[in-house]
Amino acid sequence: MGAGIDALAGRLRDAVGADRVLTDRQELRTYECDGLAHYKVIPALVVLAGSAADVAATVQACADARVPFVARGSGTGLSGGALPHAEGVLIVTSQMRRIVEVAPEDERAVVEPGVINLQVTKAATPHGYYYAPDPSSQQICSIGGNVAENSGGAHCLKYGFTTNHVVGAQIVAPDGELVRLGGRAPDAPGYDLLGAFVGSEGTLGITTEVTLRLVRLPESVRTLLAAFASTDQAGAATSAIIAAGVVPAAVEMMDALAIEAAEAAVSCGYPQGAGAVLIVELDGPAAEVAAQFAQVLSLCAEAFEIRVAADDAERALFWKGRKSAFAAVGRISPDYIVQDGVIPRTALPEVLHRIGEVSRAHGVRVANVFHAGDGNLHPLVLFDAGVAGEAERAEAVSGAILDLCIEYGGSITGEHGVGMDKAKYMPRMFTDDDLDTMQLVRCAFDPHALSNPGKVFPTPRLCGEVPGRHRGTHPAQEAGLAEIF
Amino acid sequence: MASPAERGFSTPSEGPGVGCSTAPASAEEAAELFQAVTDRTVAIRGAGTKQDWGGRLEPPGLTVDTRALTGVVEHAAGDLIVVVRAGTPMAELQQQLAAKGQQLALDEPVEGATVGGTVAANISGPRRMLYGTARDLVIGMTIVRADGKVAQSGGKVVKNVAGYDLGKLFTGSYGTLGLITQLAFRLHPLPESGAVVRSRVADFAAVLAGIRGAQVVPSAVEVDSASGEIAVLVEGTAAGVRARAATLAKILGGDAGRPDWWGRYPWEPGGTGIKVTAALSRVPGLLSGRVKLRGSAGTGVLYAGLSADTPPEEVARCVDELRTAARDAGGHAIVLTAPDEVRERVDLWGPVDGLALMWRVKQQFDPAARLASGRFVGGI
Repeated sequence: MGAGIDALAGRLRDAVGADRVLTDRQELRTYECDGLAHYKVIPALVVLAGSAADVAATVQACADARVPFVARGSGTGLSGGALPHAEGVLIVTSQMRRIVEVAPEDERAVVEPGVINLQVTKAATPHGYYYAPDPSSQQICSIGGNVAENSGGAHCLKYGFTTNHVVGAQIVAPDGELVRLGGRAPDAPGYDLLGAFVGSEGTLGITTEVTLRLVRLPESVRTLLAAFASTDQAGAATSAIIAAGVVPAAVEMMDALAIEAAEAAVSCGYPQGAGAVLIVELDGPAAEVAAQFAQVLSLCAEAFEIRVAADDAERALFWKGRKSAFAAVGRISPDYIVQDGVIPRTALPEVLHRIGEVSRAHGVRVANVFHAGDGNLHPLVLFDAGVAGEAERAEAVSGAILDLCIEYGGSITGEHGVGMDKAKYMPRMFTDDDLDTMQLVRCAFDPHALSNPGKVFPTPRLCGEVPGRHRGTHPAQEAGLAEIF
Repeated sequence: MASPAERGFSTPSEGPGVGCSTAPASAEEAAELFQAVTDRTVAIRGAGTKQDWGGRLEPPGLTVDTRALTGVVEHAAGDLIVVVRAGTPMAELQQQLAAKGQQLALDEPVEGATVGGTVAANISGPRRMLYGTARDLVIGMTIVRADGKVAQSGGKVVKNVAGYDLGKLFTGSYGTLGLITQLAFRLHPLPESGAVVRSRVADFAAVLAGIRGAQVVPSAVEVDSASGEIAVLVEGTAAGVRARAATLAKILGGDAGRPDWWGRYPWEPGGTGIKVTAALSRVPGLLSGRVKLRGSAGTGVLYAGLSADTPPEEVARCVDELRTAARDAGGHAIVLTAPDEVRERVDLWGPVDGLALMWRVKQQFDPAARLASGRFVGGI
């Protein structure tokens, strides 16, 4: 450990307590990666924050010493967003697990960033409410991480993403200052900094408290599982549902290889011989759901088998195969890459064929699992790291899939984030001017690029003249219009 | 499409004179313009329906008019998205979308507004309760920066987390960060059916709690304290709407029909318009105040209007009262528009969290403060 880090460790022990500062190499190793485990970096030190004050004191100390810092929640991220910095501090918020308040009368919950996504729903359910964004990792991922990544989930087709459900936050800006953004009421005056913050992947600061929107539990939920001969047929059914003006809570698709993996892992008992299965879920007022469900059933007429969940247990079984799909491919392949890309939904059949071509050309198997309703693909690229050249071929296929997403006017990430993993792909989707403009925001929040450096953007922007925290040279200030500095 | 010249504007190539208005027909033209007049202040306008909103501007060195930036670039009905140029009138866009059974689920409380102006001023109406506001519907944006660089964020797919969401930053930025030239939106199907149930109620709190407790999923819950009325919109399938409207009729004890105040701000041109926000449970308290309020009880976004002949001291007192009440209710009261005499007496915005960071954002995007300087919060 360098002298600079030694001094910083001393200051942090004084500020947050010695038991919250880890410097032992074995202990630090615990935090060397997040959910994208093939990137590993051991941080210089770890702070286990217990409060907003701990986070603020740590960031302040880092800012003073010009030491980079990285925030980490549960460490489930799939783009390496919480990958530590070797010369930096890893600030772990997973001990900040207090649900501060559940206010059903305001349809809000106030939570600390370490609170697990599903816990919010559990706390709200007795009041007839739930928290809508439901990433597949919702049993372990934290709200702080969800805010950083703007996490989605199967049900965001109808209900939107994390950004649509975060109405307020207290953040520690990269200079160590605690700032409130948004609040319990909507439309706080000024720029929507909260909107820019959510999904900024830890590059604009660290959230220490989040105010979430709660959604009324639906009166009725109906779920069907439809088995089709091919992904083309399943894709056509999806298009027909959307074209009919139905907005389902979720439309999920799995192809034959993904089904095979799910069966091997969790015995979900999907219809045999399916080229693709579709899970369609509708929710809302009973009368509304009844009318639309009949419509959806008729639009799935090409399916060779349709099952309708008779109860919550059967619904859970439908979802079990889908939600366990990522881990399940471990049963049919020693190694795999989880890809996350987006295409316009109508391009689904075409892009799946192109993925098939790429897969065959490289001799690499690809299992497809996706949020069909919004065109968010999760191709699982299968390989054996023990076989020479396979990892490289899998990487090539994975990259080619992202190129396809861009070619069809989509995105290189729908919900997993750019992080470390996809920073190099950003210039394929955005021009230099686009990226430069995004980094203007970075420069405003974090002129010294200390907050999660090296993530999202392939190259940092030099921020030019950096205004001091309480010093401004803005013309409007000189004109006496600004009183804030 | 008429050329800018045909529309009566000078074009950049002619070199706009100081104080004149020009209407670029593309982002590139706008970019050239911004680069050509780096020494001048610039104001952006669309249809001009909200020119009186926000702080008063000094006469700008150049007005950039978006009304030559019109037309739908792409409507991918199967993907429920549209890409549209910023100067397109909202009504025109909705008409095109409706032909395919779709809509941009944003109300138009100020008639005649352009798409860009709607986003730049972040206006919303009753249906924000179900569909959200511009920030929730914008999926991509093209902007021209003060230095003439053209940049894009987001894209044309609904689900996309690549890079910063500049669309949200520019939504509601009042033209102080750059020019919005093009927008991509997520769309919604036009509902098969819709119904408004309305009633005059004695106890807003009880009725609002009743609606929240029922499983009717309203698209809008609107109140008007002047008339003591509440009106609730449900949309969906014909059968579903019938059942839900019947449930509502029981709770409200009212009948069907859209009141004439629906979706209209409660002030006349030249008057004072105030936006008051509150936590949901605090809405009934605000409705019992002296100043009459109208708006979305379903989301806690209400509006007050005071006529142009209200004495400025009285307006100032009302703003103070509303600001105190809104603060206690977890929200804010901002003055959207007001006559000059009122502006001399009241702070339009009130307290703003994160103002120092906002200034830093402004400084990065517009270091010389050329764009609509003074129009926004804290003098930004």
